Amino acid sequence: MSSEHGPLVIKQLDYTGAERLTMNMGPQHPSAHGVFRAILTLEGETVVGVDAVIGYLHRCHEKLAETLAYVQYPSIASKTDYVAAMSSELAYVMAAERLAKIDVPKRAQYLRVLVGELQRVASHCLWLGTWCMDMGGALGGGATVFLYCIRERELVLDLFESLTGARLLYGFHQVGGVRYDMPEHWATECRSTVDLIEKRLLEYEEMLEGNAFFMMRTKGVGVISRELALDVGISGPLLRASGVNCDLRRLAPYSSYEDFEFRVPVETSGDCYARYKVRMVEFRESIKIVRQILDGLPEGPISSRPGVKAVAQVRVPKGEMYARVEGPRGEVGCYLVGDGGPRPYRMKWRGASFSNLAVLPHIIPGHSVADVVAIMGSVDPVFGEVDR
Amino acid sequence: MSTLPPAVLGLVAGVGMLLFVIGLVTYVTLLERKFAARMQSRIGPYRVGWHGILQPIADALKLMMKEDIVPRDADRRVFNLAPVVFLVPCLLIFATIPFAPGLGVADLNIGILFFLAVSSMEIVGLFMAGWSSNNKYALISAMRAVNQIISYDLPFLLAALIPVILTGSLRLSDIAVAQDGLWFIAYPVLGQLGFLAFVVASVAAENRVPFDILEAESELVAGFRVEYSGMKFALIQLGEYAHVMGTSFLGALLFLGAWAGPGPEWLGPVWFLLKALAMFLLITWIRWSFIRIRVDQILQISWKLLLPLTMLLVIATSIVVVWRHTPGV
Repeated sequence: MSSEHGPLVIKQLDYTGAERLTMNMGPQHPSAHGVFRAILTLEGETVVGVDAVIGYLHRCHEKLAETLAYVQYPSIASKTDYVAAMSSELAYVMAAERLAKIDVPKRAQYLRVLVGELQRVASHCLWLGTWCMDMGGALGGGATVFLYCIRERELVLDLFESLTGARLLYGFHQVGGVRYDMPEHWATECRSTVDLIEKRLLEYEEMLEGNAFFMMRTKGVGVISRELALDVGISGPLLRASGVNCDLRRLAPYSSYEDFEFRVPVETSGDCYARYKVRMVEFRESIKIVRQILDGLPEGPISSRPGVKAVAQVRVPKGEMYARVEGPRGEVGCYLVGDGGPRPYRMKWRGASFSNLAVLPHIIPGHSVADVVAIMGSVDPVFGEVDR
Repeated sequence: MSTLPPAVLGLVAGVGMLLFVIGLVTYVTLLERKFAARMQSRIGPYRVGWHGILQPIADALKLMMKEDIVPRDADRRVFNLAPVVFLVPCLLIFATIPFAPGLGVADLNIGILFFLAVSSMEIVGLFMAGWSSNNKYALISAMRAVNQIISYDLPFLLAALIPVILTGSLRLSDIAVAQDGLWFIAYPVLGQLGFLAFVVASVAAENRVPFDILEAESELVAGFRVEYSGMKFALIQLGEYAHVMGTSFLGALLFLGAWAGPGPEWLGPVWFLLKALAMFLLITWIRWSFIRIRVDQILQISWKLLLPLTMLLVIATSIVVVWRHTPGV
């Protein structure tokens, strides 16, 4: 990797003569967020080198996609990033639709945005909870924040359950539109849920930002400079916290995002606190978009290929296509190569967490062990998406 | 009673105290779990007995039945001895606490000195556990422990000195009696600041969140006790809670007027217990609302803030006492 200011090298601290200790963090560790292994080289409490090992959750997703028809895979796509299943489903069906030039009705596009934004709220809830638990411990205030956040996430999952029948892996999207329309009274429930979550967000902010210890743990910790952010190729809230105004919903609008009004938060300090700030604003912007959709949801069909079941209903010509969406963790991309048959010839995921994780070896050296978990939590990796 | 030799009396008192402490500490865990559950909008233990009243007993039984594992490369003798070395000082601190006038195991004339000296002995057991486990998490935790105890025992001691200076005695029962009219927490400025410093230092000395860097389970898994299981783990847990309770009793005695309270005199121990539980709940409240801070930040808070503050307080208290006792001023 290189850029205009020279090659990108991983920071290694100079050897000071102190005794070094190699410590394994993971793959089974309370703050491993799944199965991540970091081999840390320590000098006392200071981390001087980190070797990240991934791949413990590899499930051959890309090979699997070659064996499944375009109508079958969307429900599997949700299993890559299982914390934000809606965004990876959308990336896949969008790639197939663009390749096959299939239209998506306006109502379906709005519904896609609706679930995408609710998913962002649910995903950020889980991030905030687990991050605080990393810093505060399962036997301390962190667990309190975690349980509050999980309580709010449950409300969003309840909405998804009444919409799709599933709480985690939905299979909501299909090529040509979406599979389910809103049930009766769903819009009212949705409105009251987002109202409640918006109120509770204030409580979290009061609890965390009014806490000097939280500020001490997050401010100035794990700074990602703008240059490093661009070189490594991180995306999503991480990139925006490093001063880059990049949001695919604004930059390359898909699924009618251009119809909605929302703000893209940008922070310049690039530390853990900036990432927290960005995500807290995103919570509110997502809620704002949800309200706009509920107010102006157009009538009409929810799919241009209603009830696709047969493989022959989706014909994808020969060619290739890349589609990307702004997931809660950043750019989720899907690259499809079709050979004219019912199944893709090749499929490739661009997992947001995978690229974001690459920044860790650059920012961790020089921090203490306690900061490692804070930084890792602020990156918000989901290992289903990293290893696929 | 008076016909019995003092040694027998002492033994009876000691065993009685030990049983009381162990029973109390076991149930304090249930109290903490219920309290934390309420804070986190949960219910807490509910299944074992009425409102989970038998949960501590079930926990103890479970721990007794667990397999006792000693890591292959651990230093066996030190590893086995560590929980006991850790537990004994935590129980010994109860020896000097008078629960009512004349109701205690040993009302030493240097009671508070004994308490402070013994309570900082637990670090030996802690370090033994961390060192002998032959585990890197445990080792780092043990090193952190020494760091923390050195930095927080001093402010803890200085904060405890404020009531001692106000009373003019190291005997704990004297300190309790001296608060007959005015609890030391109500003493203008000095009392409140002293109490604050005492609470912060005691949270650190007890290794609880936000100062629980020894256990730090999101970094060091379980710290110094990561390799312990079964009964040895139970002993460490018991010692930890005994230490917390002992410090809570000390806080209630030094600042909250010990057994003073409305009602007949025999209610004294009940008042004392309630005050100690209030101290315990205060520390629990702190524990379940703060996040852990870093080692370097903990040291900074101690050396740059808490230590100068408590030193100033001790000096100020001395000046106040001298000024008030000097005739003609």
